[in-house]
Amino acid sequence: MNRTELKAEIAQRWPGKVQCRSESGSVCEVTCARAALPELCGRLFLEWNFSFAGLIVEEGASEWHLCYAFYGEGDAGWVHVLVTAPLTEKTFPSVVKFVHAADWHEREAEDLYGLVFEGHPRLGDFILHDDAWQEGVEPMRHRFDAQAAIRHRKPQEDWRPRRIVQESGAFVMPVGPKFSGVTESVHFLLETVGEDVIRSTPRLFYKWRAIEKLAEGKSPDEVLLLAERFAATTAFAHGLAFCQAVENICGVGAPPRARTLRMFLAELERLRHHAGAIQEICESTALAVANAHAGICEEELLRISCELAGHRYLFGMLALGGLLCDLPNDACAKALEKAQKVLTELNALEKHLRVSSSFLDRLEEVGIVPERTAMVYGLLGPIARASGVVRDLRRAQPYLGYENFQFDVPGEQEGDGYARLRILFAEARQSVRIMEQAVAALTGGNVRDPLRLRAGAALGWVEAPRGGAFHWVRLDAEGKVARYRIIPPSFANWHGFHLSVEKFAFQDFPIMLSTFDLSVAENDR
Amino acid sequence: MSQWVINGIRAGIKTTAFPARPETAAGTTPGLPVGGDYPANKINSLISRCPTRVFSDSDGQVLVDRRRCIHCSRCVRDAEPPVNWEQTYEWGTVRDGQRAFGQPFERSIHICVVDAGDCGACLNEVKQLNNPYYNMHRLGFFITPTPRHADVLLVVGPVTDHMKFALKKVYDAMPTPKRVVAVGACALSGGVFAESFVCARGAPDVLPVDVEIPGNPPPPLAILHGLLVATGRKAPATWARSNPMKA
Repeated sequence: MNRTELKAEIAQRWPGKVQCRSESGSVCEVTCARAALPELCGRLFLEWNFSFAGLIVEEGASEWHLCYAFYGEGDAGWVHVLVTAPLTEKTFPSVVKFVHAADWHEREAEDLYGLVFEGHPRLGDFILHDDAWQEGVEPMRHRFDAQAAIRHRKPQEDWRPRRIVQESGAFVMPVGPKFSGVTESVHFLLETVGEDVIRSTPRLFYKWRAIEKLAEGKSPDEVLLLAERFAATTAFAHGLAFCQAVENICGVGAPPRARTLRMFLAELERLRHHAGAIQEICESTALAVANAHAGICEEELLRISCELAGHRYLFGMLALGGLLCDLPNDACAKALEKAQKVLTELNALEKHLRVSSSFLDRLEEVGIVPERTAMVYGLLGPIARASGVVRDLRRAQPYLGYENFQFDVPGEQEGDGYARLRILFAEARQSVRIMEQAVAALTGGNVRDPLRLRAGAALGWVEAPRGGAFHWVRLDAEGKVARYRIIPPSFANWHGFHLSVEKFAFQDFPIMLSTFDLSVAENDR
Repeated sequence: MSQWVINGIRAGIKTTAFPARPETAAGTTPGLPVGGDYPANKINSLISRCPTRVFSDSDGQVLVDRRRCIHCSRCVRDAEPPVNWEQTYEWGTVRDGQRAFGQPFERSIHICVVDAGDCGACLNEVKQLNNPYYNMHRLGFFITPTPRHADVLLVVGPVTDHMKFALKKVYDAMPTPKRVVAVGACALSGGVFAESFVCARGAPDVLPVDVEIPGNPPPPLAILHGLLVATGRKAPATWARSNPMKA
């Protein structure tokens, strides 16, 4: 549905209640009365083929500003559904009945701002753990006083995770937050009556660092360090999304050479991340040689990144308005050549894995997420594409000039562990294909334009290796960050993770965890 | 199955010569600033350019607190002239007043890794120690999931509020003698997250840290060096003694 059709549809359905307020670039801002909110969001999401990017809550001087961001393919552009209410009013209708993808967004807003979403099946104990903080802390409010909150801390001493399965003989297997060898901190409550996991409830935010609060009042230059470092396995993608948000506010893009170099580095990061994800899948199935092979590929790519950009995770390359330093053409060509060699290795690995029946037995028809469920949960990235929801921000809403480059967006239908593995291999090939074109397209010129900061707000989006990453930035009149909202892909994918685990056997749990390719750091922010 | 064996043999030996000989391959370390001589009239602008206050001025010489460096590269790529930078990786140091293991632990240790709010990079570098390039098993280093079998507690991340309790519990569950190794700028000083109201300023706020490995993240070779320091098999970083810094 394109912009004109959307406007006509809205005018016809909700005369007077919903207005298409203003338009700038690809964004259509729709102001909406509170009563019409769930239905409008529902139609966008379920009928008109828009994806849900996220809910952005802002506390104004006297009003709440809620922005539900949606995006479609190409012409459909972005739709920001805006709702406002005086600060004294804290109740909004919940949209989760129609937009299940917004479930965790509303829970987050409830925990951090104290908002109430009517009709939301609240589960409590989300970001602020009940055994550490009392209700009503509301850390994202402007009036929040950290010292007072810590002083008056009232943890719920007798807190216990809620058991959901009530069958006779059911028992709970608690896993984490410290579990296994080298794993990120997360807790799972696996409920079972024997072999199969009936219910799995991940408890996240052990690693919550309150980045969004930390960013407030800092200069964008300082916040860029946070954007790069909160989830460093995909540091470049998140740093890029933040830079693009600030550049969108200021109305300037990076110079052409910087854009191409950014694309090259972003694809190098994707390739490295996918090699790492493949290594984890091999490790979870205890296939030692394949694990070693994939490990070699990942380490090679880390070294290529470091040789080219001076850091194994590409820290310190990005700057607002371009890149901090230029990269010579021949260094890029050399990195590309080495990356192509790694890709040859990865291709050989895939060929061998395809005929290893002991490996395939553990991945095929394991952790299945059907297409409809993936869509309803708003899953993103390789996970969604393995289930047939083939949407990629590089194609749907191109940035950096991706529209001028040739690449495919691979998709699969099965939605099982093996489909997710195939997607990783296929995307790795596409990344090298884009890197080849980027090196050929490198033009001369500078890599950084001075940026004149000004007040305003904008969204920056990037197809990060794990899926769409959305960074919302508001700058105040002094050019400081007034609001920074990070919506990482793992936040959406963790929401849907329990789908893949339930009804499957215990011993497959590590395999499902690895094929889902989740980052706790990214989710926990 | 035989095909995997052939593949393994065909790949050959990839393992680094470190610690017997230095590793010379490109891209194994991002390096750290070393300070030293710097134009006197520009020292102040260099000091203010660093977001984590790594540099300080001592009679025209730039002093470097490497523990705080987060590799933002602004002192090299966005300062005139660029600060001196060194591509080393032997970064492990023993914290003041603490000590390394003695002789009984020289051969083999078991390591329990706790992620206390890490961004994923340090953890990923720890994971690389198991890949064929670094292969920490050859040095007698093993990762154990349970604290009951662990000699060394490896902490990554600034220690978030929610992880503090779990981290202490893991430490208490470890048998003595035990040592704590803090990995990465965040675990040493809180890094970029130090000001957050739900973050401690690194592991020393919570536990007695014995060995420190700076870097954001420290490359696998630096972590290996830190573990070798913890077991008393390698000398701590030389700059730790020649250039002492404030805590």
